[in-house]
Amino acid sequence: MTAIERYLAPADLDSALAALAGGNATVLAGGTDLMPQINAGKVAFRPILLNIRRIPDLRAVEVGQGRITIGALVTITELKDNPVIAKAVPLLAEAADHFASDQVRNMGTIGGNVANASPAGDTLVPLLVLDAQVELASATGRRSVPMAEFFTGPGRSVRRPDELITGLSLPLPRLRTVSRFVKFGTRPALDISAVSIGFSATLDSGRLSDVRVAFGAVGPTPMRGRATEAVLEGAPLDAGLIAKAAATAQDEVKPIDDLRASAWYRRELIHNLLGKVLSDVVSR
Amino acid sequence: MSSLVEISCVVNGTPTRLAVPPQTSALALLRDHLGLSGTKYGCGEGECGACTILVDGVSVNSCLMFAVDFDGRTITTIEGLAVDRASDPLRQAFVDKGGVQCGFCTPGMVVQSRHVLDKHPHAGPEEVKRGLEGNLCRCTGYKKIVEAVVTAAAAQSAAE
Repeated sequence: MTAIERYLAPADLDSALAALAGGNATVLAGGTDLMPQINAGKVAFRPILLNIRRIPDLRAVEVGQGRITIGALVTITELKDNPVIAKAVPLLAEAADHFASDQVRNMGTIGGNVANASPAGDTLVPLLVLDAQVELASATGRRSVPMAEFFTGPGRSVRRPDELITGLSLPLPRLRTVSRFVKFGTRPALDISAVSIGFSATLDSGRLSDVRVAFGAVGPTPMRGRATEAVLEGAPLDAGLIAKAAATAQDEVKPIDDLRASAWYRRELIHNLLGKVLSDVVSR
Repeated sequence: MSSLVEISCVVNGTPTRLAVPPQTSALALLRDHLGLSGTKYGCGEGECGACTILVDGVSVNSCLMFAVDFDGRTITTIEGLAVDRASDPLRQAFVDKGGVQCGFCTPGMVVQSRHVLDKHPHAGPEEVKRGLEGNLCRCTGYKKIVEAVVTAAAAQSAAE
């Protein structure tokens, strides 16, 4: 194990970004992913352990100009319980309710869930269908990256080692937006999903527009279902369309066999669960 | 070996100054350095809840927490709840209802139950089951545990 040479717990963002500037720091937030990954030898400490939990700016939740911004340090419990989040983006609050256990939700943060870039990360599929932007900061500047372009592989993203995720910015859903999140695993608590599906669209006179579909745990990264979206966009949502969308989704995903489910089973789940989600949307 | 980090925190009501290695888990600090062995090491990856403690009144898996993050915070372990008068009904309910079999999961169950009751003073079976879903009992004594916590909730409410 690499020894940690320095431990830093700055109280302001600029100090944290300065510490990150050389790309020599391991970022610590909730620790729920970092600790087991270190213990399992999947991750090695960099020379600086940078605890960002003392930076109050990263805890803010703000609504304005048609968007909601959620600070990177907002815990999963806060996502679930914060009335502003529940009102603005209920899908995210709902997904948080399916996340791990109470103890993990109390520690784990939304920024950490995004940074960890797991194909099965529970907030990632809702963030994809909510069209979130990942807010990144470094000592040299700031940038926003759409969620759909953020992940590059399991545990990998476009975040540079000198960058910190400061938060997520989401457009407030329009009126008549319908959204759903389904996570499928073998038990409700603490399970890493076998598959998950997120769906969001505007439903007007039986037609869907602004359709966003995302899938978790069926590829190297959480993914947008672009082909499925194209099938659904602008068309009358009837039984025929639902069947076509479910079949498209089944073809579009790229699952693997692992200990949680086989690729075949995951495709079946995606087909059947998307059909169920769309039937539920049509019946409301 | 990395240098030690100086931290100060309150552990079970006692202000404490410590020097800890930055990579050490909160669980290792409690058990190996402070001798608070009531908190158990079960799985080491946040799946079993045997290591549950309260940090600033909120339950966490101490196996997933870095000890350095105790700095400036208030920690309560099962040893703290053992002498907490407000938790008398909770401990007694575990005894009365037979919520203890082998006992290994019990400290984590009691600490997490404390958090559930703090958040939901009138918790019923469903809230208790949701609240305890991150705690495993390999004796599978869940029924008695849930009964104990629901009983404690009722006893607390009656005392109000």
